[in-house]
Amino acid sequence: MAFGDQYSRWRVDRSRVPAACGLSGVISEDGAMIGGDVIIESMKVIHDRGNGLGGGFAGYGIYPRYRDHYALHIMFEDPGGRAACEELLEADLQVQESEEIPTRPGPGIEDAPELRRYFAVPRPEKLAALAIGPDDFMVQLVMRINTTVPGTFVFSSGKNMGVFKAVGFAEDVGEFYRLPDYSGYCWIGHGRFPTNTPGWWGGAHPFNILDWAVVHNGEISSYGINKRYLEMFGYECTLLTDTEVMAYLFDMLVRKHGLPLEVACRVLAAPFWKDIDIEDDPASRALDEALRVVYSSALVNGPFAVIVGFSRGMVGLNDRIKLRPLVAAVKDDLLYISSEESAIRQICPRPDRVWAPNAGQPVIGELKGDV
Amino acid sequence: MPRAATNDRTELKSITLDAGGVYYKDLNSQVRGLIDEGYEEIVLQGVNGQRYIGDGLTQKVKIIIEGVPGNDLGAFMDGPTVIVNDNAQDGVGNTMNSGKIVVKGHAGDVLGYGMRGGRVFVLGDVGYRIGIHMKSFKDQVPVIVAGGRAGDFFGEYMAGGVLVLLGLELGDSPLVGSYVGTGMHGGAIFLRGEVCDHQLGSEVRVYPLEEEDRCQLEGLLAEFAEDTGADLSGVSLDDFVKLQPFSHRPYGNMYCY
Amino acid sequence: MAGNMVTSEFLVQVDHERCRKCKRCTLNCGFGVFDFKDRVTADTSKCVACHRCVVFCPEEAITVARNPLAFREHSSWDVDRRKAIWKQAQDSGMLLTGMGNDLPWLNVFDHLLIDACQVTNPSIDPLREPMELRTYLGRRPDRVEVERSDGGFKLDTEVGNIIKLDIPIMFSGMSYGSVSINVHKSLALAAQRLGTVMNTGEGGLHEELYPYGDHIIVQCASGRFGVHSEYLNKGVAVEIKVGQGAKPGIGGHLPGEKIGREVSSTRMIPVGTDALSPAPHHDIYSIEDLRQLIYALKEATGYKPVSVKIATVHNVAAIASGIARAGADIIYLDGFRGGTGASPAVVRDHVGIPLEIALAVVDQQLRSEGIRNWVSIIAAGGIRSSADVAKAIALGADAVGVGTAALIALGCRLCQKCYTGNCSWGIATQRPELVGRLDPDWGAERLVNLINAWSLELKEILGALGVNAVESLRGNRERLRSLGLDEMTTEILDVKPAGR
Ligand code: SF4
Ligand code: SF4
Repeated sequence: MAFGDQYSRWRVDRSRVPAACGLSGVISEDGAMIGGDVIIESMKVIHDRGNGLGGGFAGYGIYPRYRDHYALHIMFEDPGGRAACEELLEADLQVQESEEIPTRPGPGIEDAPELRRYFAVPRPEKLAALAIGPDDFMVQLVMRINTTVPGTFVFSSGKNMGVFKAVGFAEDVGEFYRLPDYSGYCWIGHGRFPTNTPGWWGGAHPFNILDWAVVHNGEISSYGINKRYLEMFGYECTLLTDTEVMAYLFDMLVRKHGLPLEVACRVLAAPFWKDIDIEDDPASRALDEALRVVYSSALVNGPFAVIVGFSRGMVGLNDRIKLRPLVAAVKDDLLYISSEESAIRQICPRPDRVWAPNAGQPVIGELKGDV
Repeated sequence: MPRAATNDRTELKSITLDAGGVYYKDLNSQVRGLIDEGYEEIVLQGVNGQRYIGDGLTQKVKIIIEGVPGNDLGAFMDGPTVIVNDNAQDGVGNTMNSGKIVVKGHAGDVLGYGMRGGRVFVLGDVGYRIGIHMKSFKDQVPVIVAGGRAGDFFGEYMAGGVLVLLGLELGDSPLVGSYVGTGMHGGAIFLRGEVCDHQLGSEVRVYPLEEEDRCQLEGLLAEFAEDTGADLSGVSLDDFVKLQPFSHRPYGNMYCY
Repeated sequence: MAGNMVTSEFLVQVDHERCRKCKRCTLNCGFGVFDFKDRVTADTSKCVACHRCVVFCPEEAITVARNPLAFREHSSWDVDRRKAIWKQAQDSGMLLTGMGNDLPWLNVFDHLLIDACQVTNPSIDPLREPMELRTYLGRRPDRVEVERSDGGFKLDTEVGNIIKLDIPIMFSGMSYGSVSINVHKSLALAAQRLGTVMNTGEGGLHEELYPYGDHIIVQCASGRFGVHSEYLNKGVAVEIKVGQGAKPGIGGHLPGEKIGREVSSTRMIPVGTDALSPAPHHDIYSIEDLRQLIYALKEATGYKPVSVKIATVHNVAAIASGIARAGADIIYLDGFRGGTGASPAVVRDHVGIPLEIALAVVDQQLRSEGIRNWVSIIAAGGIRSSADVAKAIALGADAVGVGTAALIALGCRLCQKCYTGNCSWGIATQRPELVGRLDPDWGAERLVNLINAWSLELKEILGALGVNAVESLRGNRERLRSLGLDEMTTEILDVKPAGR
């Protein structure tokens, strides 16, 4: 059985796995390259926030050679799945390069599926036929593969970025994927503590769609309605984890609805009515009112802290009443966000400033120029 | 194994440990061992993220921490003095019974939860849910003084003890968040500055300071300045307001039988 | 407008022919029903049917009857619903109640049948042959390693800190404050004599009971009442109470009237203040925070086992798995029939799921994840007899907790008025004249009698099953059959229907 059955069981079994965790992220706003060893080092300090049932990373700016191609990271448990998947890819995409993802098997990482990556762009005639943009096309393709091809899971689908995740402790996962061999301008990491064991690599964080990668701590109590809300917009929450909805909400609010990041954050962790009511500036009061009215089903409720990576930066956000920890720090052009200050101090012993962001207040780091 | 070196710069029997990279379980058990050996002052160098330092200790020792200690610093602690020469994380002084914790930087959320005695002094800002469910008992009066600002739910469910917030170097940011003293049914909160009604929990009201409050505050501020090195020259007792519950039975009318 | 629209539930009838005017009833009733002017008079509206007067009247002159007042029948507006509305329309507020869920929900235990041997395998005579009930609680390693030494073997695995019980039955947490000190004393004495443990509940441990520490699990709940270093180290284990079956997800509230001098010093709060227990622990908002508290308690106690008590709610299996992974040694499941000193009736009667089902899915979940060894499961909240004990163990419990049954043994009549603090039996009260009615030695003896009787019955059941150790029944669902349960419930319980 293994992967294929397990995954399809997951799809059918509507029970959700609550998970909690430790997070860390770093970005150079100048676009300077940071080695993958840095984020591993940071995650080591908060080892105890995970339980070895999932760890992962996302790095941005790691594939400069293929910066204009979608980098698909795919895991196959089932050789038949690979054939079927590659057939789909071949039909829909122009594949520039296809290779195994380099790994270094070591302690703590077992039962690795076959891991491959593909650098590709959609075939223009396909886009023309469907009259949709390349991003939407890729979202549909990823969802199609993930819901129909047995034993196959696309776990990274952005450009010039990649997600690396597995069942294991974060630091072991990082070494397994040889992250010290990569460098990027932004990294996020995650050590997972699921309350039961799917034992499935796809269940680890970050969750990704296009260049959105989300690492998440906490449980989203509003999951049910967030999921049904997203389903109205064509997102399929197949993985039954609340983190997935976070990635899709960002994708929808920012990419599809074009909201500025700060505003999207104000949807997800909306201010309380009591505070909106006493806002002095009528314009901002009107905006907040509208966001809450229109996006009431996108309010993410319950304890959470997330770090979301995207092609131009990274944002850290926690829930409206700060039920999960988040600490941020800056040093020169570097912004750090983590669940614990110690994870930052490990890789930046003397920050210029360290602070704990307020409830629902995003901390955003963005590239100043091009990389 | 951390390196140990005995110090002879104080009259206390003192020792320095290098805690860099030592797992909390090993570090704390080593600290306990040293206390059993009779050391009265333990300096922990290179601390970063180790949890539970001082947890459950009942001896009147002094622990000096260089670096950022992990969560639950001084949980269930009953006696020691802990000095942190840097920032601290969440859960400082959780259910602490007696002793003192001095943090010379910032501290995180849920500080002094269920604290029943002793003191926690934080030079800088503190996070959300500070001093919630603090209670006093007999001659034990828990005290938290923070030099900076605080987040929401300051003193939630507070049943006793004293919370002081100084707001030194506030700039534009507010002194304290919302829901101050919500569910409060004992103890007192002293804030240096004004609070608006919408920030207060429905169980508390603002009162002017009585003479005995001024005395108490004066003593606490002197001790705070001494321990943290804070400059309180610009601080006047006239700037403080006191928050107290107006009922000890906030939920008396919620039921019928 | 006329006075109280809520008509009396019970009628107290005094046979004045037999009454010899000794006035004992006026003293005995905790609810102030009786008065004496020339002869005994009774204010029936106050009677809760606790039977104290009936039991103590030397002439058997008192009877308490259900008020026969006729209500026009209505199948959806039963009388209790009408009365609830009258009360709330009169006083507003939440309806408060005591003890466990009293709505007639399906009781799964009553639809499970135990197997016995006939012909094909032998039953065992427990009265003359050994029958082991000893039970260990706590985290165990997955395997034992042995070393060869001097031609023999040597254990090379550390088993860790586990608790030994002589019987798979313990007393559930009931706090001092909600129950009287004499209840705590009775439980501690009985636990010592039975070789099992009592649980302090969330109100701390009175110093007089410190000598019984080896038979006590101390609780650390959200209010942190009486929780200090010495207390934590007194017991054999520490329990983090996250929830209670009678009121999952809500906090507690012991009114100031019950905080007298002794309760105050045990809870370590001033006399007369309300003791509010927050709904959550404010240092646990997530599963890794639970681990943080578990290890804070372990660090504070030299690594004693930590139990985590939760109410059985819908997603209980995943929650339990998280608790095991967070480092707990024991998971204490409190079913929706579990008792309470005070709970809003709406929560007590409608929130949570039955213990039996929760137990079945938790045990199964932990097994399918291969981590069942990491934790022991205690099943409580609805254990009424030795049959329930046996069935719970067969479904997967390591041990069971009894609370209500223990109080009934001490005289409780299940009048459900515990929250009033007027308990005529000296159980759920702090009024000194009422507390004094319960003699701890008498109480301990009755508890020992009850649990010994159940142990005997349990041995008989094991014998009939043809096994001589309780671990052979533990999780042995093959020895259970369901009768009259729907197919889905039977499947969830993972038992076969009778006949299969
Ligand atoms: S409340 Fe109890 S003691 Fe009082 S009259 Fe009724 S049955 Fe008798
Ligand atoms: S403990 Fe007392 S008040 Fe509570 S149900 Fe039993 S007899 Fe009634």
